[in-house]
Amino acid sequence: MQKLFKYVRESQIWKSVFRHGYPDTPRNRTLAVLSNVFLHLHPVKVRRSGIRLSYTWCMGGLTFFLFLILTLTGLLLMFYYRPTADRAYEDIFALREHVPIGVMREMHRWGAHLMVISVWLHMYRVFLTGSYKPPREFNWNVGVILLVLTLLLSFTGYLLPWDQLAVWAITVGTNMARATPLLGHEGPLASALSFGGIDFIHAGDDVRFGLLAGRFVGEGALLRFYVLHCVGFPLIAATLMAVHFWRVRKDGGISGPL
Amino acid sequence: MLSTLASMLPATLAAPLAGGGGGPVDDGPVAAAIKHAANWLTEPTRYSVASILALIGVLYFRRFFAKVWVVTAFFVFSTAFFVFAFQDPNFNSIITKPDNVPIIILFATVVFFSWLSLRRAVINDERTKRGEPTLEGELAKQKVFTWPDLVYSELICIVLFTAAMLVWSILITAPIEEPAATARTPNPSKAPWYFLGLQELLVYFDPWIAGVILPSFIIVGLCAIPYIDTNPKGNGYYTFEERPFAISFFWVGFLLFWVSFVILGTFLRGPNWSFFGPFEYWDLHKLEPMVNVDLATWVWVDMLDKPRPIDPFVREAPGIVLMVGYFLVLPPLLGKTVMRKMVADMGMIRFNVFMHLFLWFVLIPIKMGLRWTVNLKYFIGMPEYFFNV
Ligand code: HEM
Repeated sequence: MQKLFKYVRESQIWKSVFRHGYPDTPRNRTLAVLSNVFLHLHPVKVRRSGIRLSYTWCMGGLTFFLFLILTLTGLLLMFYYRPTADRAYEDIFALREHVPIGVMREMHRWGAHLMVISVWLHMYRVFLTGSYKPPREFNWNVGVILLVLTLLLSFTGYLLPWDQLAVWAITVGTNMARATPLLGHEGPLASALSFGGIDFIHAGDDVRFGLLAGRFVGEGALLRFYVLHCVGFPLIAATLMAVHFWRVRKDGGISGPL
Repeated sequence: MLSTLASMLPATLAAPLAGGGGGPVDDGPVAAAIKHAANWLTEPTRYSVASILALIGVLYFRRFFAKVWVVTAFFVFSTAFFVFAFQDPNFNSIITKPDNVPIIILFATVVFFSWLSLRRAVINDERTKRGEPTLEGELAKQKVFTWPDLVYSELICIVLFTAAMLVWSILITAPIEEPAATARTPNPSKAPWYFLGLQELLVYFDPWIAGVILPSFIIVGLCAIPYIDTNPKGNGYYTFEERPFAISFFWVGFLLFWVSFVILGTFLRGPNWSFFGPFEYWDLHKLEPMVNVDLATWVWVDMLDKPRPIDPFVREAPGIVLMVGYFLVLPPLLGKTVMRKMVADMGMIRFNVFMHLFLWFVLIPIKMGLRWTVNLKYFIGMPEYFFNV
């Protein structure tokens, strides 16, 4: 056994992948982190206080892990789901009827709920430890955008099953946009944008119409939400997460007393 | 749908699950009294006032609430209540909705982590007073290698967490309702659960405030926090005494106006967004009387004994004066008098940004209070321009 391990570890293939010995010496431990594109988001050494669960609650890490789970399960769901008004509901329904012990939809749905909770708790922890204070002001702001994106991801996904719950929750949510000042047709000052008796802002061109691609939650909205949910928001979120993690490192690692 | 779950519970607990719920129940006198008390206490006015008092109490007596047995007792008590309540068909039919499981998780984790942070804050504050380093300060001096210390704890977390997710996903099937029908509006129609705090505010404000202005200000306000909070203390460790205002403010904002309103919106708001106690049947025909009065009606009709003027700007003049005073006169007035020191510390720009965000925030409890006590509808009510405050 020992010999086999040794043989594998000294083979050209292994060495071509891992350019350091087993990480049990300071040098190799450093190399293990530095020479791996994923691990090198971490610093080589961390403060002991920063990795305590009782300090970070591990909520940022959990949020990121949930994002990964959701990407994976979401990708699998995309194989079965067609975002059209006459297919969407059937496809989701069929997933339950025809896939024995299918857990992908469950993992995706419960994971999405949890991600919203974990991102709130992460923000809560960052606030309570004062970790937004200099030099981390900018990263807090990146975080706020990530929080909004998490909610938007969840909100756009909510529509996709195309059942009563989905359509009406999105209807209630987007009804708010009608009341946007100036830009919603039932918003304050919208009537100020009317010239010679012609309204510039009406139900057919206000912000809500733009969000839904229509006057109500219909096929246009479904496609729009689908594209944003599966491509648009995940791409932006992933990019910002890279920035977020990079800045955690550059701002001196997880915060701690100076 | 819940049959897998039901089969795992003791027979007494599982019985209502099969039933589906709804309608009046026969209870013993004790159970009936508890249920009655719970229904009474969760009425929105009492719920909100009790939550505020509870928050203040916990922060003030934090040394007591930071004890381990206190939080343990709280969770034991909650679990006991839960088991008791579970047997009520009305309570049961809301709680066991698969999509409401996360709200229970939200409640439990928020309570637990609030307690944890409070405990560490109390310990740290005592240590600081004695001149010792904080809990974090002691450990911060040591540095450990990312590999293996951090990487391995991450791995363990991932494995345990994935296992938990799998079990949950196997036990509870994701629900799907009837196919979408734009002609049939369900009652109640609720936004996704994480927006229910905002939907709750629709009771007190028009959509342009509850649905557009307030969310925008929450985002802007969160972004502004690091630039407004100029207190250099409390960076990188838990504390209360070094930043009492910041912590209390966030507790009120996050715990009360966000999390607790999500819970209220999920469990206690039924058809027509009427209030229902946890043990009450969601009756479609429950109507709450609408007796709310505009400020303009008070001033013109009740105080001056005149009809409401036709011109909206004349009619709403009292409200307009009030709001202009609140948002434009109050900040400089406070800055010149009681908050002079704050202006000096923060500078004019920070102070003004903070004040405006803060006044919007405070407008929420003010309006709620006025609604509950004197049935105020709008300060300014100009439906002609969709401009109601
Ligand atoms: C998709 C959402 C997010 C992900 C995946 C994420 C991930 C992380 C991770 C892994 C860390 C390392 C420390 C930890 O786990 O606590 C971190 C730190 C941090 N996060 Fe986030 N985060 C997210 C959202 C947010 C939000 C909403 C905020 C604040 C509004 C925020 C502000 C910060 C700050 C300031 C730090 C540095 C904390 C310190 O040094 O102690 N992040 N984030």
